Amino acid sequence: MRDALAILAKDLRIEWRTREGISSVFVLGVLLVVVLTMAHDPSPETAPTLAPGVLWAAFVLTGMLGVQRGFLLERENDCLAGLLGAPVDPAAIYAGKLAANVVLLAVMQAVVVPLVGLFLHVDLAARLPALLLVCLLGNVGFASLATLFGALAARVRAREVMLPLLLLPLLVPLLIGAVQATRAVLVGGLAGASGGLGVLVAFDVIFGVAGWLLFAYVVRD
Amino acid sequence: MIGPPIRAERLARGFGGVRVLTGVDLTVAAGEVVVLLGPNGAGKTTLLRILALLLAPTGGRLVLFGTDATRAPAALRRRIGYAGHEISCYPDLSGAENLAFYAQLFGVAEPAARIARLLAWAGLDGAGRRPVRTYSRGMSQRLALARALLHEPDLLLLDEPFSGLDPDAVERLQQQLLELRAAGHSIVLATHDVDRAAPVASRIAILHRGRIAWAGDGRADDAAVIVAAYRTIVAERA
Amino acid sequence: MRRVLPPLTGLAMLAALVLVFLVVPTEADMGIVQRIFYFHVSSAWVAFLGFFLVAGASAVYLWNGAPTADRLAYAGAEVGVLFCTLVLVTGPIWARPIWGVWWTWDPRLTMTVVLWAIYSSYLMLRAFGGGDAAIARYAAVLGIVGVLDIPLIVVSVRLLRGIHPAVITRTQGGTGLADPWMRAGLLVSALALILLAAWLVDLRVRGAQLEDEVAALRREMDARRGEVA
Repeated sequence: MRDALAILAKDLRIEWRTREGISSVFVLGVLLVVVLTMAHDPSPETAPTLAPGVLWAAFVLTGMLGVQRGFLLERENDCLAGLLGAPVDPAAIYAGKLAANVVLLAVMQAVVVPLVGLFLHVDLAARLPALLLVCLLGNVGFASLATLFGALAARVRAREVMLPLLLLPLLVPLLIGAVQATRAVLVGGLAGASGGLGVLVAFDVIFGVAGWLLFAYVVRD
Repeated sequence: MIGPPIRAERLARGFGGVRVLTGVDLTVAAGEVVVLLGPNGAGKTTLLRILALLLAPTGGRLVLFGTDATRAPAALRRRIGYAGHEISCYPDLSGAENLAFYAQLFGVAEPAARIARLLAWAGLDGAGRRPVRTYSRGMSQRLALARALLHEPDLLLLDEPFSGLDPDAVERLQQQLLELRAAGHSIVLATHDVDRAAPVASRIAILHRGRIAWAGDGRADDAAVIVAAYRTIVAERA
Repeated sequence: MRRVLPPLTGLAMLAALVLVFLVVPTEADMGIVQRIFYFHVSSAWVAFLGFFLVAGASAVYLWNGAPTADRLAYAGAEVGVLFCTLVLVTGPIWARPIWGVWWTWDPRLTMTVVLWAIYSSYLMLRAFGGGDAAIARYAAVLGIVGVLDIPLIVVSVRLLRGIHPAVITRTQGGTGLADPWMRAGLLVSALALILLAAWLVDLRVRGAQLEDEVAALRREMDARRGEVA
């Protein structure tokens, strides 16, 4: 636990100093929201119905870039060897990297979500607490799986292609759950979102535990 | 955990079918500096990474400090310092921050004092607050050495520590290695550069075709013989 | 076992063909095209068996590192993807005359195409990830994560709108398999495809084993040549 916090603090400090991850993720997130909205050419009436899909598609595609960057950090100067040589449980490395990814993605969401509300005429303020819950659950679920496969993809050939190839099909339940929950929340509130929220919670728990247990196999040689 | 720092028997390791190490026998006693010679591609890095518990051998047996290496890695890691080809320090953090991070992971007592002492020892006290990205090759190399020494390991594993250093820096590093040897640390130093490594060696071994080809008794006073043998091997390959 | 698999598969296949095309009565509403159902559903079952084989063998491989477990997982993925592809080919042939479209984003169709994508990516990882032995370990991780994803996919696709018939369970407006010959047709088809899949897995495992042996021999030859020179 202490080791995980040390790794989180280290990642956040590097990010704060360079702002490389957040700025690239920020620009790509905004771009994707714009492109996805334009591609649908929405009328004022249809615009709000597009919001959940645009939001989560932009989130997933941008998030993959952010997570991939987090592991390039460990590759530079072979810092991973330093981490693995230390008396640290690989599961703690997973927890630290996961937490750093969640923070990075939350900052990205803080920009992308209001932007989607603005572009697609959705009143987010009214549903804010429920929406925050859905965003957080989606974020954690995405990061649990992306942290595991980001580490894996960083170590294989053709890694730029491999990460989306491996990750996207596995993320389908998360995407469906998050879009359905967001839609329900925007229409009514938490009550109608139980199906989507259930999928999100199950996804978070299953892949949080799986990542924790399996991470050693993707970083150790 | 008592016993010689390293006792390796018939260590083997392959990568996707290519066998890099075929059967390495190596024993290192406390306070010894063993120089591991070998041309590029001989498997020195693979061997060091196995000794540093970063890579699992595919065959053979490795006992460190009398403990089977497959059984107690966490406790063993605290007694091993490894400085690889690359410096394992984050370029956007300062030297002091890098050391502070690793001090946390290794659970170093009184980290601030230890880090200040190490930075001074490595001649980096002026540069401790600058990002590592701005360091020269020699400074990076000294930081990597300081990082490996951070938790006062009994066994130090160094991979090509002389590469990219100017003659002054080489002499300085040799001096520091002799100090460490005098203080009772065991060191395994892998290099292809026989001239720079020989002065600090208490024993010399040659890695050839995946084995320690000529360890013999290997005492440093035989250095001339060993160096000649090594040159023959390299010439044979070329 | 190895000897009897091919003739057994042939017999079962013949029996399935006779049952499906000569014995089983034509379904009243859908007509002749419904007969594809016997292979469509059986293929789906076999694909699932293949994917569970991947997960089981992957877990064993991570546990003890046995090369056979790894080869079994690889073969399971290949056969699973093959039969999943058959499901995706036979489905639209059936769907077009009945629903009027080749494809619809019905829960079961979505699930099948997602599973197909997951295990295709598994094959891509093994084919293009590089020759390192670590790839086998990474693939095992993916094989386990993939099977954990299946229940989530099943639940999540129900949140989508659906029209797919649940023929066997009688729920969701399905008619059930009223005729005993229909049930026999399905069971025999499934048996035939399971035997075929087992045969294919066996062939692929043995093939992979031979490949490894050849590679080992070649390395030994190279090493000896090096020593002579």
